[in-house]
Amino acid sequence: MMSREHLVNAIVIALLVLVPLLALVLDEPYLITLATRVSILAMAGVGLNLALGYGGLVSLGHAAFFGVGGYVTGILASHALNYEPIMQTPWMIQGSTEMPVIWICAALVCGVLALLIGALSLRTTGVYFIMITLAFAQMLYYFSISWPTYGGEDGLSVYLRNTFPGLNTMNGIHFFAISFAWLLAALWLSSALVQSRFGLALQAARQNPVRVAAVGIAPYKVQLTAFVISGVITGVAGALYTDLNRFVSPSVLSWHTSGEIMVFVILGGVARLVGPLVGAAVFIILEQSLGGISENWQFWLGALLIVVVLHARGGVMGFLAPENGHA
Amino acid sequence: MTCLLEVQNLQAWYGRIQVLDGVELRVEEGQVVSLMGRNGMGKSTTIGAICALVEQRAGSITFARQSILELPAYQIARAGIGLVPEGRRVFANLSVRENLSAAATRGPWDLHRVYKLFPRLAERAPQSGATLSGGEQQMLVIGRALMTNPRLLILDEATEGLAPVIRQEIWSSIRQLKQEGMAILLVDKTLRELLDIADNCFILEKGATIWSGAPDHLTADVADAFLGV
Repeated sequence: MMSREHLVNAIVIALLVLVPLLALVLDEPYLITLATRVSILAMAGVGLNLALGYGGLVSLGHAAFFGVGGYVTGILASHALNYEPIMQTPWMIQGSTEMPVIWICAALVCGVLALLIGALSLRTTGVYFIMITLAFAQMLYYFSISWPTYGGEDGLSVYLRNTFPGLNTMNGIHFFAISFAWLLAALWLSSALVQSRFGLALQAARQNPVRVAAVGIAPYKVQLTAFVISGVITGVAGALYTDLNRFVSPSVLSWHTSGEIMVFVILGGVARLVGPLVGAAVFIILEQSLGGISENWQFWLGALLIVVVLHARGGVMGFLAPENGHA
Repeated sequence: MTCLLEVQNLQAWYGRIQVLDGVELRVEEGQVVSLMGRNGMGKSTTIGAICALVEQRAGSITFARQSILELPAYQIARAGIGLVPEGRRVFANLSVRENLSAAATRGPWDLHRVYKLFPRLAERAPQSGATLSGGEQQMLVIGRALMTNPRLLILDEATEGLAPVIRQEIWSSIRQLKQEGMAILLVDKTLRELLDIADNCFILEKGATIWSGAPDHLTADVADAFLGV
């Protein structure tokens, strides 16, 4: 029999597909864009959830991966459109407008970045880990502002959405399909990892690294691997986000972005598979509905977060499908 | 018999305070050895030092003819030392089955065999580790250590604070492990069972080994002087 959690997961994912289909019927293209945004932001959250939810690694620096992934798209596309190589020595590297190429580059760059940030940050724990991840992201943020080559503070426009073989990415529903497929892939990867021995070790290390070492698992290696995978997932989401907006600016690297991704995870349910998706959806719905009434909609988001943290630790998922017996 | 674990002149410190100064210990293949002494004499510190959970230490620790003094805790576990630490520390956020699977390595010990040794764990498999009774948690921690397929199992106060019936269950499983040829290093407060099961005993006094020998050589004087019985 399907457990309640699986049922809720299936319904949530089905709803996300239904919205753009409904939008097609009603001829409301804006809704397709919203569903695409939810998919991409949820994917960024799925990445963070792996580190924060399952690994207990409270990273306030995931904007670094989201933003760098975004800039990889922007930089590759702008070079391809200007016919200027990115570099000529020692290797000739050209820009690209092919999404698969861009994704691979974003994943590689963010993977290396996460390895560097993780290797240093994981030597600390608790509040110091939060601060050091934040510091790395802020360094990149200020760097992006002060680097005029790629627009500095004004950001970088991607005039045409990058291409994917066989699809017209400028068509909203096609781009939604790509983003949704990525979200599904990230959810599948996350679910497979969490259930594997690696995932169990990660969850055990969250509770007590010393005890994990006593059963032959190196907590540092497990946590670093999880941090890198987490960074890669969030980075690819960032690459898609630039394509969605056809624009990237330093704001994607700012700590607001890290905070927002964290809000998706907490609002939806920490260490719950579709928690980030539910969180991102609630966030976007609030933004759209309250944003129309008041400019200060984030005040109400803040109030909601306080209620969730104080009274519903499991987030929206904890409410929809309470966990049985698990602490 | 071949020597599995040999500890020579082990010293250990907590900050500036020296807790161990001259611990000698030897466990042969397939042997059950008990480490005894009154409270505060350094039994748990000795085990912590062997497993690299106490960092400041010196001396010589050889396991399966290899020095393990410089190895980090996880490599010592991989080398074949399975630790059941004091205080029944399960991974409370994982289920019973997940607790066991997290520690699994290739070898004769798998879920099936652990469930056979502790049938209660099979019944509780999907339950969270935190919801088990004290005795069941202890079985889970022993099972988890066995899942690493150790050559030496170290049990630190495995029966402490358990109901007498559960205690007997744990002792009978330890006897079963002994019969199967597992080398075991035991620290416990129940002297009668210890002396009954052990092939050899080491007594610690103020952080040093002061007596060692077979249980039947333990005289009333020695027991009175160093074990407080």
